[in-house]
Amino acid sequence: MATELGPTSVKEPASGGTPIHHAPKGVGEDNRIASQGRWASWLLAPTVIALAIVIVYPIISAIVMSFEKDAGLDPVTGLFTAGGPAGFSNYVNWIAQQCAAPGGGTVACPPGTLGAQFWSATATTFFFTVVTVTLETILGFWMALIMARTFKGRSLVRAAVLVPWAIPTAVTAQLWLFIFAFEGIANKLFNTTILWTGSEWPAKWAVIIADTWKTTPFMALLILAGLQMIPAEVYEAAKVDGASAWQRFRMITLPLVKPALMVAILFRTLDALRMFDLPYILTEGSNNTTTLSILVINQIRQGFNAAAALSTITFIIIFIVAFIFVRFLGANVVEQQTGAGKGKK
Amino acid sequence: MTAATELRAKQDRGRKVAQNREKWAQGRTYISAAVILIWCLAPAYWMVVTAFRNVGFTYDTSLLPTHVTLDNFITAFDTSFGNRFGQALLNSVFIGVTVTVISLVIGVFAAYALARLNFRFKYLVLGFILGASMFPGVALITPLFQLFTNIGWIGTYQALIIPNISFVLPLTVYTMTSFFREMPWELEEAARVDGCTQGQAFRKVIMPLAAPAIFTTAILAFISSWNEFLIASQLSNDATQPVTVAIANFAGAQPQQIPYTAIMAAGTIVTIPLVILVLIFQRKIVAGLTAGAVK
Repeated sequence: MATELGPTSVKEPASGGTPIHHAPKGVGEDNRIASQGRWASWLLAPTVIALAIVIVYPIISAIVMSFEKDAGLDPVTGLFTAGGPAGFSNYVNWIAQQCAAPGGGTVACPPGTLGAQFWSATATTFFFTVVTVTLETILGFWMALIMARTFKGRSLVRAAVLVPWAIPTAVTAQLWLFIFAFEGIANKLFNTTILWTGSEWPAKWAVIIADTWKTTPFMALLILAGLQMIPAEVYEAAKVDGASAWQRFRMITLPLVKPALMVAILFRTLDALRMFDLPYILTEGSNNTTTLSILVINQIRQGFNAAAALSTITFIIIFIVAFIFVRFLGANVVEQQTGAGKGKK
Repeated sequence: MTAATELRAKQDRGRKVAQNREKWAQGRTYISAAVILIWCLAPAYWMVVTAFRNVGFTYDTSLLPTHVTLDNFITAFDTSFGNRFGQALLNSVFIGVTVTVISLVIGVFAAYALARLNFRFKYLVLGFILGASMFPGVALITPLFQLFTNIGWIGTYQALIIPNISFVLPLTVYTMTSFFREMPWELEEAARVDGCTQGQAFRKVIMPLAAPAIFTTAILAFISSWNEFLIASQLSNDATQPVTVAIANFAGAQPQQIPYTAIMAAGTIVTIPLVILVLIFQRKIVAGLTAGAVK
């Protein structure tokens, strides 16, 4: 079984899928492809239809909603606004941080309202993403390098890293809230008296530490899987040629683990950009820990259509980041998936 | 001192240096391993220890269990402060099992097609499914919230199950796809040669081989549904809330006091079965996790 965590050998051509063994080239090949295509569409239909219902339909519906005005009392001005087509005004209002003003028109949203938080939420989201993903990559890489070595108790370590991953994020948030409580163990250990969830930077760091704790193991396991794809002979050869440990790491490990690493970083980045559970429970979004996801959730009950515009903006931001990754940083996800056995075991 | 003994002494010294270096490297590995163990396990251990601590000693800092009691577990299930943890456990199991079964039944066909068949648009379909799994939940929640409000579904089980499929199904499909790709399909051929029909070959040869993969995928699917919080926090009510929401909103006797020991007990109850499951099937889970590469 190639699912064993061990060095895997054979590399199949990355043409996708296993070749069908009983298919001799030549006569009947086109027929076979056609019949396989028919088969495939029947087999894929349920999944594609299900995803269309649960994802594509809501997306389209959100986009349609985002071009409508919210009807009802404006929470800021207390005036009744009728619905109707909004054009891009929902989007413009978020990005320019404008709220409806009495007597039509818009004014800058007063501080404290949701409308005034768009750019700070965006900045917070990106700050969390950059810091947590960087920390997780470095820590995860280090953990993976350790776990790739042979020593007694290695399987124990590999089992232990699964524990933070298996704990639901909501529980993780409450657990770290307890650790960071004023009388909690963190302050006792470091002999500090920090109100961790009481001011901006401690609150931000509380979220970052909790997130790093929870997701570093996942990163480590992905990178470890990538490391195990590298044949030992390569290292032997480098040793014989007199490469130092640092050179072996730089010239062999890094380039060869790069595809798996990029995919891991991509997944984590997209995950961090939609971060919700941790800050929502740990700090309730206070002290500038409101991420875009939290802002959307807070907005839903104040107006569907503005929330739809904001969630579409969030989606577009995440999409652009994913596009940049795949396009410029060579995170070839589909290739990883279909190229049989490349760092994805 | 002859040249020979001198040479031998030199060799001995060289060997000693090498051995020492080896020992030193091993030692460093063990220290690093210990650091990883503490980093991963200490917070989880702290949760379990606190769960068994008398509520009066919530902030006790001794590393070993002190003032041991089971009261917190009783408090966790106590409904007098508006917590419905017991009900939430049942809800989570019900939602998780339903989502897992639906996703597996639908997803297994798609995975077979993606792993075994060649057809046009294969990469497109794969890309679509991968994209679906990275989808931000908030982009779905606004229209769903409005829709479910209009049709009176807020607080129903289906309102929690259907959105969960949106991220569990993609995970299921491509975890299964990568498992299927590694199966020895030649055996199917061999069974056909030995006179099995296509159906028999699938039932008698392929199914037993695929069972572990399907089971692993089921665990991963269940865990991701079990961990879902965002959608549930908005679309459930007191009667249908899953454990994640129950734990996030856990209330104590006084509104000012967070009942940490009871929350840690609830967290322990929620976590322990998962951890045991994950540790038993560790190898398979890691394989599936790194194949699926999704939380």
